[in-house]
Amino acid sequence: MTQQILFYAFAAVLIASALAVITLKNSVHAALSLVLTFFTAAGIWILAEAEFLGLALIVVYVGAVMVLFLFVVMMLDIKPESMREGFMRFLPAGVIVAAVMLAEMLSLIGVKTLQAVPLPENPAAAAGSNTAWLGQALFTKFLLPFEIAALILTVALIAAVTLTLRKRSGVRTQKPGLQVLVQRDERLRVVRMASETPKTGESA
Amino acid sequence: MDSLIALLNNFIAQWPTLSLVIGLIALPLLPLIISVAMYVWWERKVIGWMHVRMGPNQIGPLGLAQAFADVFKLLFKEITVPEKASSFLFYLAPLLALVPAMAAWAVVPIGDKLAWSNANAGLLYLLAMTSLGVYGIILAGWASNSKYAFLGAMRSAAQVVSYEIAMGMALVSVLILCGSLNLSDIVNAQAGNKGLFDWFWLPLLPMFVIYFVSGVAETNRAPFDVAEGESEIVAGFHVEYSGSAFAIFFLAEYANMILVAFLASVLFLGGWLSPLQGWGLGLLSAPGWWWLFAKAFFMAFLFLWFRATFPRYRYDQIMRLGWKVFIPITIAWTFVAGCLAYFGGVTIGPGVNP
Repeated sequence: MTQQILFYAFAAVLIASALAVITLKNSVHAALSLVLTFFTAAGIWILAEAEFLGLALIVVYVGAVMVLFLFVVMMLDIKPESMREGFMRFLPAGVIVAAVMLAEMLSLIGVKTLQAVPLPENPAAAAGSNTAWLGQALFTKFLLPFEIAALILTVALIAAVTLTLRKRSGVRTQKPGLQVLVQRDERLRVVRMASETPKTGESA
Repeated sequence: MDSLIALLNNFIAQWPTLSLVIGLIALPLLPLIISVAMYVWWERKVIGWMHVRMGPNQIGPLGLAQAFADVFKLLFKEITVPEKASSFLFYLAPLLALVPAMAAWAVVPIGDKLAWSNANAGLLYLLAMTSLGVYGIILAGWASNSKYAFLGAMRSAAQVVSYEIAMGMALVSVLILCGSLNLSDIVNAQAGNKGLFDWFWLPLLPMFVIYFVSGVAETNRAPFDVAEGESEIVAGFHVEYSGSAFAIFFLAEYANMILVAFLASVLFLGGWLSPLQGWGLGLLSAPGWWWLFAKAFFMAFLFLWFRATFPRYRYDQIMRLGWKVFIPITIAWTFVAGCLAYFGGVTIGPGVNP
């Protein structure tokens, strides 16, 4: 019962924040609404006992991706008025795309219901911990797809680094690798000398 | 409609239990707040001694009431909102810093299965909560409509995201050895009869160091406190905050420090297990919450020691340390941990159910 109330509460917040993402004029506010959307979606997944997916959503999207996204959005200097320009011009194209997507989704759902099979018993619930079951499945049954996905992500990472890495000539930069190797003797000379006492009557 | 009313009635009928639950959730927060106050006093004392000064010594015995005096002073001060600041986000930011710092405590165990939530995915939950804290800092910087605050927020965001990777990899190596995300299981896996040499700090020594240093960087403490950097950007992200709003940032930062100290003790230093476990010395070898608190106290002391010892890192040095030193080491040592687990190089204590 409490679960049901929580589900509807989460769902209401989710839909409201998702609407806010596309309606708010300020881009930082919109990005923050997206954070709230992800967070409530994670809440709904945890309610459905998919705690690994929910927490992974928070760690990956809320904790890392959206932080970098906000980082960029905050740096941009977007005038709110310019966001409204061209709304009428792009409206027809937007409506067509939305209609086609809606039709596709509805037809997919329709096809699925025609050949509906009753949901199988949730294997994760039987195994006790959703996370442990997911790990077992990923590293036994789906090892090859998992490794391929990892490889593709690594390639994408290297490609992104190569795109931004450019050598500029004539720029003087610091080399922290050499800086941390500096020894005390190269910078500092400790002198040994006898201590002196000021003569009486002389102010220190 | 009837079903909705039945739903509501049921909810009201459950209200006494719910309010009890809410009260129980709030219960551990009071000791946390008190320990933050005491930690601040201890920090000022310890740093005072290291600087050959007295530290606070006027209010209360040994200056113990100094922290409370400061809290009351802050609470009665006026909160000023800068002109053209986004006032909703300006007030929201301190709360966004505080709530994850407190929520993370839900899964920290102080004894076998003795936590507010003995969650199976406890470590993942911790990772999720600690990664949320950065929003308070970013929003504070942006909503203040101030250049200094914004610079501090940008520095902090980049730093926290970078060190989170090394921290996550250090956690992964712990998981590989013990095979469970449950924090109670992680401590039980470190039980044995070789005393403190059964704990994970020994097979995972580089990871232990990296975890703690990343923890210092994540909480924006010296020597990684460029987000505050008072010599360059005044006070960083909270330069526009005053009164209780500033106090909340302060509370969140210290609560996070204590959390990192506790987690380092749970993950690498055997939690509530005795350092003399299995040596048959009676009470000295018995596990107990006092061991956990002693270890956490020592780790928390390290934060203060670092602050009084090391000069602040330059920003590019911080980034270099995180990306070019820590992450490669963690990747290599994750492989070592995998080999250790596969070839049985580490004895795992009883009571772990993966």
